[in-house]
Amino acid sequence: MRQAFERIAVPALALLASALLFALLLAAYAQVDPFEAFELMYEGAFGSWFSWQNTLTRAAPLILASLCTALPARLGLVIIGNEGALVLGGLAAAAAGVAMGRAPPLLVQVAMCLSGMLLGGLWIALAGALRQWRGVNETISSLLLTYIAIALMNHFVEGPLRDPESLNKPSTAAIGDANTIGTIPGMDVHWGLAFGVVACLLVYLLQRFTTWGFAMQVIGGNPKTARMMGLDVGRYVILACAAGGAAAGLAGTVEVAAVLGRANASLAVGYGYAGILVAFLARHHPLAIVPVAILLGGISASGGLLQRRLDLPDAAVVVLQGIIFVAILASETLYGRLLPRKQES
Amino acid sequence: MSDNLRIGRRGLLGAAAGTAAFGLSGLALAQKPLVVGFIYVGPRDDYGYNQAHAEAAAVLKKMAGLKVVEEEKVPETVAVEKSMESMINLDGATLLFPTSFGYFDPHMLKEAAKNSKIQFRHCGGLWQEGKHPKNTGSYFGYIDECQYLNGMAAGSVSKSGKLGFVAAKPIPQVLRNINAFTMGAHSVNPKISTQVIFTGDWSMPVKEAEATNSMIAQGVDVVTCHVDSPKVVIETAERAGIFTCGYHCNQAKLAPKGYLTGAEWNWEKVYTSFVDSMKKGEAPGNFVRGGLKEGFVKTSAYGPAVPAEARAKAEAVKQQMLGGSYVIFKGPLKDNKGNSVIAAGTSHAQTDPVLESMNYLVEGVVGSTS
Repeated sequence: MRQAFERIAVPALALLASALLFALLLAAYAQVDPFEAFELMYEGAFGSWFSWQNTLTRAAPLILASLCTALPARLGLVIIGNEGALVLGGLAAAAAGVAMGRAPPLLVQVAMCLSGMLLGGLWIALAGALRQWRGVNETISSLLLTYIAIALMNHFVEGPLRDPESLNKPSTAAIGDANTIGTIPGMDVHWGLAFGVVACLLVYLLQRFTTWGFAMQVIGGNPKTARMMGLDVGRYVILACAAGGAAAGLAGTVEVAAVLGRANASLAVGYGYAGILVAFLARHHPLAIVPVAILLGGISASGGLLQRRLDLPDAAVVVLQGIIFVAILASETLYGRLLPRKQES
Repeated sequence: MSDNLRIGRRGLLGAAAGTAAFGLSGLALAQKPLVVGFIYVGPRDDYGYNQAHAEAAAVLKKMAGLKVVEEEKVPETVAVEKSMESMINLDGATLLFPTSFGYFDPHMLKEAAKNSKIQFRHCGGLWQEGKHPKNTGSYFGYIDECQYLNGMAAGSVSKSGKLGFVAAKPIPQVLRNINAFTMGAHSVNPKISTQVIFTGDWSMPVKEAEATNSMIAQGVDVVTCHVDSPKVVIETAERAGIFTCGYHCNQAKLAPKGYLTGAEWNWEKVYTSFVDSMKKGEAPGNFVRGGLKEGFVKTSAYGPAVPAEARAKAEAVKQQMLGGSYVIFKGPLKDNKGNSVIAAGTSHAQTDPVLESMNYLVEGVVGSTS
């Protein structure tokens, strides 16, 4: 009971504190009426069906990308290579889509998803393997792997996979209109949102109700104990990394198959990095990822309106995101201290 | 205009809000100003590509009966689609300028299909009759003319005979500028060479500084660039005491000593003519191109380091360009591997589409396209 209360109250307090701090900054530094700003943010993010769709569209890639951090986090790993897995996932999907050409669209779509997930998964599994067998810090290696991934993507897009007709924006050939993954019926939001929500649910069920999930929790709690219990820690580490990478790879696949129609430098626009933020804000809980991603999606959706109506720079919403991130991390110290301790009976 | 949106915001929710807002904006259109939306890929004050557009937008802001809305740092993803929709749905924009190259396909084309009554004009995109919708179009300027003049100024003041060019990617627009710059320099000093370094992307401040520094170490004494923001290159060069030629917009402030001249966009010209058409109830042109002659591009005032003789030479060529009689790309022309790229007797006027798929570096450029 007490834990459940804290799980809601602590982040709520942190958000409230960030809002206050942001309001102060707006009033003092930008000389903008904070109430008007918040009203506009509400309008831009959640004020109408159009704004909701805007928010959800921006949240979709963040949900999948954040799983790349959240899943291995269960084992105590800090993976931040989301962007790399996403970019390579997109590249693999585009390559598969182009190679399959005129095969039945459903087949092409499945192949794109599988190849995107496979390459994304392999990429992060590499960080897991380096950690397990060579003792390389997974945070650093996954971050550095991202730079390699982006360089690889650029190489393929500007070299072997380049569509000669993409003159001033080097890209792969188009996957073709027939093979694109459209929008969810009834709304102007692509299928990436549904994929993300389903993936979060699956991860939750896996973590909550299977022995696998329990084993992961044990490893996250104390890897030495887990080893003594006879758990194959290495296998879990690599599998969790691979699953996380596959989620980010799927995010990249959706970018190619639903948004861009081809792979190019627009894959590396920071969804992966924003995904890290989402995972930490959600404290790596798969069910919390969805609302957190929607919150951040909403903030970015409303950023345009703040720029247009109040003449604020784009940096305004980046500052707000930063404040929220710091406030949430700082609020970690509040757990267990919010309510006066009851006497244990 | 924000008043009638306030009604929508307070009173209505859900799908009804969309329709109601549309109805309202439709009714109010008669008295309402024309709303024009600008979308930039980087910051508005980048001393470069985006600032060139934002400066023109600032001119539009002063015009009567016009409301300008702007968004900066919008990536070339679904985000730009949503920004366009948001400008249309929440601000009532009817003319949109998504200014970055990568906004065109698929993003702007998708939005144009969804909003057939809204006019979309894109900077640099290759709009084609019959292939792209009528409510879209593209505009661009032949800024290589100014780069040629940059090259003439650079060639005149260089003592080492080595010029430097910091470039983003080996794509046709960039190659055309590098080539024009080098050919301009050759016209005053045939022995000159241009060292080119590609940074790999449009905004890579650290690599741009490294590239500039490494060129300076190799003896380069004039640099110019084609990246989104020339700020880093120009400032780095000024600190090292070498000369610079500007790009995109005027960077003289950043380099009071070493700034020779610069190739600048003059988008104001294009935007005001588009707005005038809209006010007359006509659709703006679909395929709009122009160089110095049409006033789409301009050169920065010469800096103190350019001697009078060099100014006179460059001005003479500029006058021919203003008259429309000067041809930059004509044969015989060889690339830097010795192959002939334009045969003797052939000349390509600026409007020639062949130039828009340029894939070579001319003789005198040190560097490679791949």
